[in-house]
Amino acid sequence: MRPMLKITDLSATVGEDSEAKTILNGLSLDVPAGEVHAIMGPNGAGKSTLSYVLTGRSGYEVTGGSATLNGEDILGMDPEERAAKGMFLSFQYPVEIPGVPVMTFVRTAMNAQRKARGEAEISAPDFIKKSRDVAKMLNLDAEMLKRPVNVGFSGGEKKRLEIYQMMMLEPKFLILDETDSGLDIDALKTVADGVNAMRDPSRGMLVITHYQRLLDYIKPDKVHVLAKGRIIKTGEADLALRLEKEGYDGVLGEAA
Amino acid sequence: MDCCGGTTEHEDDCGEVKVKDSIDAKTVEAAKALESENYSAGFATTIETDFAPKGLSEDTIRYISAAKNEPEWLLEWRLKAYERWLTMEEPTWAMVRYPKIDYQAYYYYAAPKAGAKYASIDDVPKEILETYEKLGIPLREAEVLLGVEGAVETAAEGREKPRVAVDAVFDSVSVATTFRKELQKAGVIFMSISEAVHEYPDLVKKYLGTVVPQSDNFFATLNSAVFSDGTFVYIPKGVRCPMELSTYFRMNAENTGQFERTLIVADEAAYVSYLEGCTAPMRDENQLHAAVVELVALEDAEIKYSTVQNWWPGDEDGKGGIFNFVTKRGDCRGDRSKISWTQVETGSAVTWKYPSCILRGDDSVGEFYSIAVTNGRQQADTGTKMIHLGKRTKSRIISKGISAGKSDNTYRGLVSVNRKAVNARNFTQCDSLLIGEKCGAHTIPYVENRCASAQLEHEATTTKLSEDQLFYARQRGIAEEDAVALLVNGFVRDVLQHLPMEFAVEAQSLLKVSLEGSVG
Repeated sequence: MRPMLKITDLSATVGEDSEAKTILNGLSLDVPAGEVHAIMGPNGAGKSTLSYVLTGRSGYEVTGGSATLNGEDILGMDPEERAAKGMFLSFQYPVEIPGVPVMTFVRTAMNAQRKARGEAEISAPDFIKKSRDVAKMLNLDAEMLKRPVNVGFSGGEKKRLEIYQMMMLEPKFLILDETDSGLDIDALKTVADGVNAMRDPSRGMLVITHYQRLLDYIKPDKVHVLAKGRIIKTGEADLALRLEKEGYDGVLGEAA
Repeated sequence: MDCCGGTTEHEDDCGEVKVKDSIDAKTVEAAKALESENYSAGFATTIETDFAPKGLSEDTIRYISAAKNEPEWLLEWRLKAYERWLTMEEPTWAMVRYPKIDYQAYYYYAAPKAGAKYASIDDVPKEILETYEKLGIPLREAEVLLGVEGAVETAAEGREKPRVAVDAVFDSVSVATTFRKELQKAGVIFMSISEAVHEYPDLVKKYLGTVVPQSDNFFATLNSAVFSDGTFVYIPKGVRCPMELSTYFRMNAENTGQFERTLIVADEAAYVSYLEGCTAPMRDENQLHAAVVELVALEDAEIKYSTVQNWWPGDEDGKGGIFNFVTKRGDCRGDRSKISWTQVETGSAVTWKYPSCILRGDDSVGEFYSIAVTNGRQQADTGTKMIHLGKRTKSRIISKGISAGKSDNTYRGLVSVNRKAVNARNFTQCDSLLIGEKCGAHTIPYVENRCASAQLEHEATTTKLSEDQLFYARQRGIAEEDAVALLVNGFVRDVLQHLPMEFAVEAQSLLKVSLEGSVG
């Protein structure tokens, strides 16, 4: 079966021409539909770069290789096109947008995606009902959704709001970038519940994390170790436990 | 050769121009000698137009006054202003640069040929209605319907469909007025100022020039001499105006400086909300615009004045475009009166505009909410003056400047507190948003406080539209230009909330259009 997300020999640099720095260096990775893959790695390994390159952030230049979602090359698409195709990134550092209420933001995004796919807009009552259901599941105060996006939110609230957006937009492929950072244990559980509720045979997930902690709650089908811009080791869920115990140096030393 | 300076090919139209005996024959000869001005740009409507002789002289002023059949006192008033103007210097303190204006190169009066009076809207020439249609102005619609969502949702709550009375100003003379009857029932006077001069001379005489004196400033004095038309509103004691009043201005005749004069008086405990919206078609030559707006609020009265201004800003290099030198001032003359200015300024090549409040009455309140957008090579120098004279007077200033392209956007404000204005309060917030690398934002707040018990607060921020925010919105599926519009709407939300609903919607789309192509 063809994997949902297929990354082949991907290389990318960041920075201006003369000072361009190679961050991804021949990275290959397959994530089939219905599976959750974790990417672990030390600081500076290229974890966040991978998520940005996959979602089309400017400032990163792809210098080689390919990435396809359901067989379609995504690297040539604008970020919004990729979003309409179902790519979603839960940001490590969610961005504040003053003056734009959460509900307005998400509804604008949802309708933009629907329009791009040739679907009808969601009606206001349907949107509100859906929003209420999702907020309830994530323990989000309805008042919070009327406030400007992420403005004055705590770290935990911001991460929960990322999951709220994810559950509202129902993307096909999810990338969670360090979603566990800044979360206390209760918030971590809530977030993991949300992510687990999104698990579906038709949906793929990439969970980027520095620590194994999150993987206690979101069980991965595969664990990949990213170092120096490429996947250097792939294993089952227990690889994360080994990394936790032996550290990256131990595991990497073995791989090298 | 054409007759009547700038009219059309119909030579026999000359005979229709009514000139007073007092105009000397040379003026008429000079007018006849002027070459016809051909429309060349934009979608200028081909309506026959009467022009005053090109240039500014005592004769021009007599021509205007005569064409409008004005009483002697008004002619004298104009001439006095003209004499004064001759002694004045064009101000240079604003942070705007523009080529020297040749005041003799403009026409100071243009009226649609068919005259200013129409029995009903059906009599309005088809071309005028078509022009309005192109601009999306629903002259024929009695009510403006709503259909709103998004950032202004909250503002919409609890509002019924607003009703708007339109006084259409085409070039300089009002050509159609709707809703007249219903307003009459309420005792509200809403008409062109030229009509008011004839129908309510005492009221006009009593208030004209009492807020913005003839000698106030170069442009206001010029306006006093040559003002062509504008709007007069009077709300009687205790009356809440049953609908929002609206005048759409549009400059049509090429090279015609526009000099509207608006006078709004809210008598004791009266309330009125007034909307002013402007658009203009493309032009090759700079167009001079120097309007004067005077508001008078007596005891317990409230006036809310909202503007959406979208005049031609010039081409990419800043060529063409409107010069907008406006004097707007409100006088909170009575105790507990309130005047609120809300403006969305997106157009014009040069904007020079400071809607102000004189807080004369005790406990009176002045507000200024402003969104000023500059793109391309536009220059805006705008802000407000809050003059606290009465006890416990309060003012609030929220200014949002957005600069993109190679434009310059300046907030210039004055908060002045007289020593008698005990316990006066002011809150000022000036936020600037920069889009791109080549634009400028400047904040120049003046504060003069002579009263120890006054409390004045000032906050200012300057931010850049961030790559992070744009990417965040785009990652969620919102296309780049829509993302910019969304972010900008968020930035100006505090101000948009103060606009009447239908204006807020219009303003949102205007912001988007104004900033097209400003990123990427």
